[in-house]
Order: sequence, then structure tokens, then C-alpha cells
Amino acid sequence: MPDLLLDVKGLETQFKTPDGIVHAVNGVSFGLKEGETLGVVGESGCGKSVTMLSVLGLIPSPPGKVVAGEAFYFGQDLLKMSKEEIRHVRGAQIAMVFQDPMTSLNPVLTVGLQLVEPLMLHLGMTRKQADARAVELLEMVGIPKAKDRLGDYPHQFSGGMRQRVMISMSLSCTPQIFIADEPTTALDVTIQAQIIDLVRRLRDELGMTIIWITHDLGVVANLAQRVMVMYGGYIIEEAPVKELYFNPSHPYTLGLLGSLPRLDEKGRHRLTSIDGVPPVLYEKPIHCPFSPRCKFAVEHCWKENPPLDDVTQGHRVACWVDTKTGRER
Amino acid sequence: MGRYIVRRLFYMMVVILVVSIITFGLMHAIPGGPFSREKALPEETIKILNERYHLDEPLWKQYVSYAYAVLIPHITTIPPSTSLQDDFLVNAQIGSVWFRWMNFGPSFKSRSRTVNDIFRDNLPISAQLGTMALIIAIAIGLPLGVLAALKQNTLWDYFGMGISILGVSVPVIVLGPIFVWVFGVALKWFPPTGWGAKPPYLFGFLPSKLGWDFFKYAIMPSVALGLGSSAVIARLTRASLLQTIREDYIRTARAKGLQERVIIMRHALKNSMIPVVTILGPLFAALVTGTFVTELMFGIPGMGKYFVTSITNRDYPVIMGTILLYAVFLVVANLIVDITYAFLDPRIRYD
Ligand SMILES: Nc1ncnc2c1ncn2[C@@H]1O[C@H](COP(=O)(O)OP(=O)(O)OP(=O)(O)O)[C@@H](O)[C@H]1O
Ligand SMILES: [Mg+2]
Repeated sequence: MPDLLLDVKGLETQFKTPDGIVHAVNGVSFGLKEGETLGVVGESGCGKSVTMLSVLGLIPSPPGKVVAGEAFYFGQDLLKMSKEEIRHVRGAQIAMVFQDPMTSLNPVLTVGLQLVEPLMLHLGMTRKQADARAVELLEMVGIPKAKDRLGDYPHQFSGGMRQRVMISMSLSCTPQIFIADEPTTALDVTIQAQIIDLVRRLRDELGMTIIWITHDLGVVANLAQRVMVMYGGYIIEEAPVKELYFNPSHPYTLGLLGSLPRLDEKGRHRLTSIDGVPPVLYEKPIHCPFSPRCKFAVEHCWKENPPLDDVTQGHRVACWVDTKTGRER
Repeated sequence: MGRYIVRRLFYMMVVILVVSIITFGLMHAIPGGPFSREKALPEETIKILNERYHLDEPLWKQYVSYAYAVLIPHITTIPPSTSLQDDFLVNAQIGSVWFRWMNFGPSFKSRSRTVNDIFRDNLPISAQLGTMALIIAIAIGLPLGVLAALKQNTLWDYFGMGISILGVSVPVIVLGPIFVWVFGVALKWFPPTGWGAKPPYLFGFLPSKLGWDFFKYAIMPSVALGLGSSAVIARLTRASLLQTIREDYIRTARAKGLQERVIIMRHALKNSMIPVVTILGPLFAALVTGTFVTELMFGIPGMGKYFVTSITNRDYPVIMGTILLYAVFLVVANLIVDITYAFLDPRIRYD
């Protein structure tokens, strides 16, 4: 196995709520190779954000808690780091951009100040150096008249511009890993395309490793080399992007794809709906979490939760049934 | 911003005008008059008195002459006399010409004083007491609220919020005598009664010397008066800060790797102060106008006594004067709050 930049093993995260303990992430394991772009897809509430936030120690606690797992980054377990140690990783080595650009910037601080903060903190720049660098960063993400805009407040920027600011902010210390949590969901389509082009350009320029969380399978097809499908806090399928599109093996993935998208047509696919809604798990299911919605479910699916196993080299699936034949493998 | 303030000042004048009309009407609607006594005065005497103070005239005429005396500047070459009818709040001399403004009239009850005397001698003391109480309320309430929020659901939190519940539920009327007895009489840390500052006051209301002589009198009553408000501030600060640290931009700040201290001080506090500042205006007004009981408990010669007794005494000029003053105070406090907003929140622009 090639050396992994980030190696997550058996990650489990739970939330204490008045209704009971929510099992948001249930033993997730995945690796991230240097330079690759990993796509993470799945319906709302299936644990994509919580997985990434857990790795960075950003789960709000209370009510959340990472109860098990390891996340190795350069031989160090991020989950066992002290608050002080992980602080030096965040922003500097692993940066994250969030779903909603409208609320992710502090409304009462200037964009300039928010931009220079990580520069001064992690790179030890003076305010003057940091200001100059901030202008470069804003120009890099395509904000016109960047110099005049440092003193502006977030509300003076449009949604797309704010997401550009967020991206430039998270890339400011040239992190090893860039985690983008649905960065375009809140934006309109043309702006989405611009942001995705921007990230692709920056990736090629800076050689970043990216985790891209999205609802948009078209984006994943365009951007990622490998895709991970999540359901109910589990990874249920993981494969190189072409393999996943041409040879989806989990009923849930099949449902997501609706029909096979044609990569050659650059078809853009939103998640098609599957009957029912993803579960909020108040206890770990003994059966496959997808079986209540699954057309292929057989008796075995209700008795035991399938492990994530290789079907072919690099293609892992958690399902008892072979969806090609409809029979248990 | 400038235009906004001018507009607000205009609205303020309208508000004050309305308040003055309502007050004027209401106080004359209360049965009895300034010269009603338990042992009734002879009718002749009352008639003479009423004539002397123009109380026999129709109400609208009385109101107009009152408004005239207060609002219209008096420009004259005659120097001020000692007559109670001739006491103006503003007296400026330019050459041989006197510019005199705001005659609130004599007090009917304290026969030798005018409303302006009360403003000059007693109002500053109440203002000092109210201001001190606000300072104490903030000095105790803010840190307590922040601490409780940062240590949510720990002993610190329960302790802080317990104190704050105590603060709101124990009134001055209970706290006052306890303070006087414990710290004034038993421990002798502070003089049990009295007030340290004496006229003349700086700018008409600030104590001319801010030393121990002032604070030894001021501390006990200010704490007694401010404690309830500090509890209000603490609870609001806690709630507001707890909400703020759940915001997305705080998560962004964490994701940048900022120190917890910077996250709280720079990213959370300013945002969470916005609702707290909102109540500071009314709170300050309530403190300055609500000094009556505290002044009574600690024997402070403030204005609360005049404010309250003027109504039972039907001391019309004092009622009007004090209520108008408090009204001005309230609207100004709210204006200051609104201006402070603009500094806290860049999204707010007035124009
Ligand atoms: N603060 C929280 N308190 C309680 N439960 C939470 C909290 N945050 C997340 N969860 C639960 O964790 C589960 C996974 O949530 P997560 O945000 O990871 O979903 P997601 O896959 O990112 O969805 P989306 O596409 O909507 O962002 C959900 O069932 C959610 O209810
Ligand atoms: Mg999410």
C-alpha cells in the first residue's frame, strides 16, 4: 500500500441529544493519498461533515464526542493530540472550508483581519507582511481590487465572493490537505462552476490533496479520483471514480446514480431521490442500515450488518447482495 | 450618521412634547391640589395661593405659560434676582446682556426652593449613584456571564448563575439594611449613611474630587442598587455568548487554529455584546430613575425623594420637571445605545 497522508481507522462519533445518543459516525475507515482528490457523497445527514470535523477535533462538545478511532497524519494520531497540538495542525496543515459562506465569516470583523489571522499565527508574519500576502491571496481567488477590499466587512461581499474569501483564507498557509465541505451548495449554478474551476486550478498549481464533500455527483466525476459513498454513518462503497460510475455495486449507490451518468457527456447529476429518508441512528443497527429502503434486501441483510469488503482491487462495498445478479454473494 | 442623529433628536423632541402633555394632563386629573392639607386651609387662603401660582387659569393656558418659561430663552439686561419665580437653569452673561434659559418654576412644597435647585443639588447625586451602580453592574455582570458561558454546566456556571438569581431576587429594601448593618455598623468599613460629593459639581453633575471620600460613601449603595442589574447582565451575557460560540464563524475561527482566548475575545465577545448593549440603555435609565429606595435606605440626599413625594404632594412643577428630565434621560440613553450598535455591528448603517 502506498504511503497514506491521512489514515483514518474505526472512527466513531456520537451526539448526546434529549432523544438519546445519535450515532452519527459508526466506524469509518479510509485513507488519503498525497496529491489525490477524494470525493465524499451521500444524502443529507449521513455523517459526511461529522466525519471530517471529527478528524480535525471540531465537533462541538458537548453534545458531540469522538468515542473511538484513530486518524494518523504523518505518524501522529490527530484524535489523541492535545488541544494545543491540534491547533497547530488546523489551518496550517489541514484546512477546511464550510458549506455556508454567508455565515462562515465573522460579520463584525473585516475580511482583511480574518485573512491575516492564520498568516500571522502559523507563518509568524507581521501585520504588514500578512496584509500584502492577503492581497495576493484575494487576487489569486479572483477578487477584483483586492487591495481596497481588505477593510470591507463580509456583508459587503456576495455569497460567491465570500466563498472565494473562505477558500483563500484556508489556503493561505498552503495546507497539505484541503477539506471542502459542500462549498458550493449554497451558491447558484454559474458561481458553483466558477468556484470548482478555481479549486481545480489551485489544486494543479499548489499540488494539494483534497477531500471534497458534495451532493453533486457531476462535480465528483469532474474533480475526484476516488469516491466514498456514506450512509447512516457508514462508508458503504468506495472506488476509483470511473469504477464507481460504471460499476456501482451497492444498492444505495445505484439509487444515487439513478441511471448511469454518461461521463463523456459531462452529465451533471443531482442526487436522485430514493424512497424514504436516511435514518437517524439512536442505536447501532444489527442489520444493514440501508435495508429498510433497499429493493435488493434478503434475509441476511436483516440479520447482520455487512462489512466493507473488497470486490475488486481498490473497490470496496458493504453489501451482502451482488446487485448484478440480485443474489447473495 | 450625522443626519441620522439630527433626525433622532427631532423625534426625541416630539416624544418629550407628548410626554409633557400627558404628564400635565394626568397630574391635574389627580383629585386634590398642591394646597390640599389634612387640616384644610381656609378657602380664602387657597384662593389667593391658586391665583398667585396661576392655578385658577384654564389648563391649556397654564401649559402654554409653563412651556414658555421652560423653552423660550429669556434675553435681558437685568441681572438674575433671588426670586423663586426667576430661577433659570442656564444663565450666561455676554457683555451686559443676560441669556437665561429653562425656568422650571418654584416648588410648591419646599417653599424656599425651585425645581432648578433640585436639579442643581439633588439630581447630580442620583446621577452619580445611578452611574456607579451601572459601572458595578457591568463590572460584576459581564465577567460573571462570560465565565459561566465558558465553563458551561460546571460548578463555575452553577455558582455564577446562583449568585445572579440571588441578585435579581433580593431587593434593595432587604439588601440595604443588611449592608448598612454589616459593613457600616458592625465592620465599620464604610460610613453607614450619607453621600461624599458636594456641590459645585463638574459639568453640573460629576463629583469634583474622585477619592476615597467619594467612594467610601458610594460603594455600598451602588452595589446594593446595581446587584440586581448585574444579575440581568450576567444572564444575558451568558446566553448570548453561548449562542455566539455555536455560530459557524466561530467554527471557522477554530478551523484556522486560533487560540481559544483569541476566539473568545476577538471573534465571540463583540458579537455577543450586541444584545447586552441593547438593555444597557433602559437599564441605565432604570438605575438613575430608580434610586428612590436606595437613597432612602442609605440616607442619600438624591432626587428620588422629590420624584416620589412630588406626586403625593401635587407639587406640579416638581412633577413636571422630574418627569421631563427622566424622559429626556431615557431617550438620550436609547440614542446612545443605537449609536453604539453602529460601532459594534458594521452591518448597521444609519442614514
Ligand atoms: N450538533 C449536533 N447535535 C446532534 N446531532 C448532530 C449534530 N451534528 C450532527 N448531528 C447528527 O449527525 C448526523 C450526521 O450529520 P452530518 O452533518 O455529518 O451530515 P452530512 O452528511 O454532512 O449532511 P449534509 O449533507 O446535510 O451536510 C445527523 O444525523 C445529525 O443529526
Ligand atoms: Mg454536512
